[in-house]
Amino acid sequence: MQDFTTAFFAAFDLVLTLDPDLMQIVGLSLLVSGAAVALSCLIGFPLGAALGAGRFPGRLPLLVLVNAAMGLPPVVVGLTLYLLLSRAGPLGPLGLLYTPAAMILAQAVLVTPIVAALTAQIVADLSEEYRDLFATMGMSRTAQAATLMWDGRFALTTAVLAGAGRALAEVGAVIIVGGNIDHVTRVMTTAIALETSRGALELALGLGLILLALSLGINAALMGMRATARRLADG
Amino acid sequence: MIRLASLFVLLTLPAVAQDHILIQSTTSTQNSGLYDHLLPVFEAETGIETRVVAVGTGQAIRNATNCDGDVLLVHAHAAEDAFVAAGYGLPRRDVMYNDFILIGPDVILADSPADALTLLARAQGPFLSRGDDSGTHRRETELWRAAGIDPTTSSGTWYRETGSGMGATLNITAAMDAYTLTDRATWLTFANSADLIIAYEGHADLNNQYGVIAVSPDHCPSVNATGARIFVDWITGPQGQATIAAYRMNGAPLFTPNATE
Repeated sequence: MQDFTTAFFAAFDLVLTLDPDLMQIVGLSLLVSGAAVALSCLIGFPLGAALGAGRFPGRLPLLVLVNAAMGLPPVVVGLTLYLLLSRAGPLGPLGLLYTPAAMILAQAVLVTPIVAALTAQIVADLSEEYRDLFATMGMSRTAQAATLMWDGRFALTTAVLAGAGRALAEVGAVIIVGGNIDHVTRVMTTAIALETSRGALELALGLGLILLALSLGINAALMGMRATARRLADG
Repeated sequence: MIRLASLFVLLTLPAVAQDHILIQSTTSTQNSGLYDHLLPVFEAETGIETRVVAVGTGQAIRNATNCDGDVLLVHAHAAEDAFVAAGYGLPRRDVMYNDFILIGPDVILADSPADALTLLARAQGPFLSRGDDSGTHRRETELWRAAGIDPTTSSGTWYRETGSGMGATLNITAAMDAYTLTDRATWLTFANSADLIIAYEGHADLNNQYGVIAVSPDHCPSVNATGARIFVDWITGPQGQATIAAYRMNGAPLFTPNATE
């Protein structure tokens, strides 16, 4: 129990003193994961809507593929991106390896399937409910998809939260393509890995508690927003 | 808006990549805190920002071979010479040394590291190996060879390969009350040492030499050759060497500088 008490104190100490290194690491974590989730929504929402409400050849195999990709191992994604972004790789001239941009890319690869698959499920369920209504209105497929997305917007926040959770928690991909460089590509999870390897287990656990608190805060904020928006919508 | 602006700045970072150098290095030098002590001095004197990627020596050499770094600072002399001989790097320079030590629950009375390992094998360890082609793992393999023992035939029994970094392996060693080979700097700065002590130390076969190599601009046109040259000259020069000598933990030096002109 000694370790856990010390971890709590380490976490409180870092937060209360507004430790500048910690603030930078937390900021970069939020920036990288936030950008990755935004990018994933940009791709995942339309893809999910098409998969959920569309009727086109290859839809089912693609749906299986997207669902399976939810379980992509981060370390494999990191390694693949390393080989692509390395100076010796095909995208080497871009000079993206060991930058936050590479980390955003890696997390977007991990999060997009989650957003797309959950969106597809939400849209497909709603489209069952709306089938008769759509039939009487004679709406185009695209207009139907847009309606389904709008009416499913509260449920879609769950897709975003699931994606954000994955992005904030993964370490395997960002440590390879980011390199865990101090003040440049060090985020919460890679900092925890580093402190663990230094044997500073209490500090590592303390950072873990801060990460958990962040995750909790983000979830609470989005759920609160959702509840307020729903109340207003139901007016 | 601020968020968008800072994102823009971050995304354009690679475009202004020439005012920093990227050092591919080992976990032992990072975990020991040496870089936190050394690099701010270098940055203040030269104005060149340094970025350290700390991985095992094998991976560091591989990354540098792929041109993903400007400077290599590792501890596997033979592999470093091979890197230079293959045309990937400029001539290698000695930087500093410390020594490897055997860590475990009890002292091992032996005449040499090979003797100590023979005794460990007879007692069935347990011994934890890095198993990750790092500089420390390479030295461990050499010591087993000198003892005439192939421990990998016992892999999974008393000989366990963690496949992890030095810190992770030390955490497992502490939890299992086992033996392992580590370097003195990592050991002295490791916070989770539990009941482990130095089981064997002090032999010429345990010398741990670090070398520095600038990645060759002929092999990798993208490298920051000027920055790399300044760094190599600095760390092997009087200022860098004095800064390394001044890094101590509880009064004991962690690395001994030994660059030659």
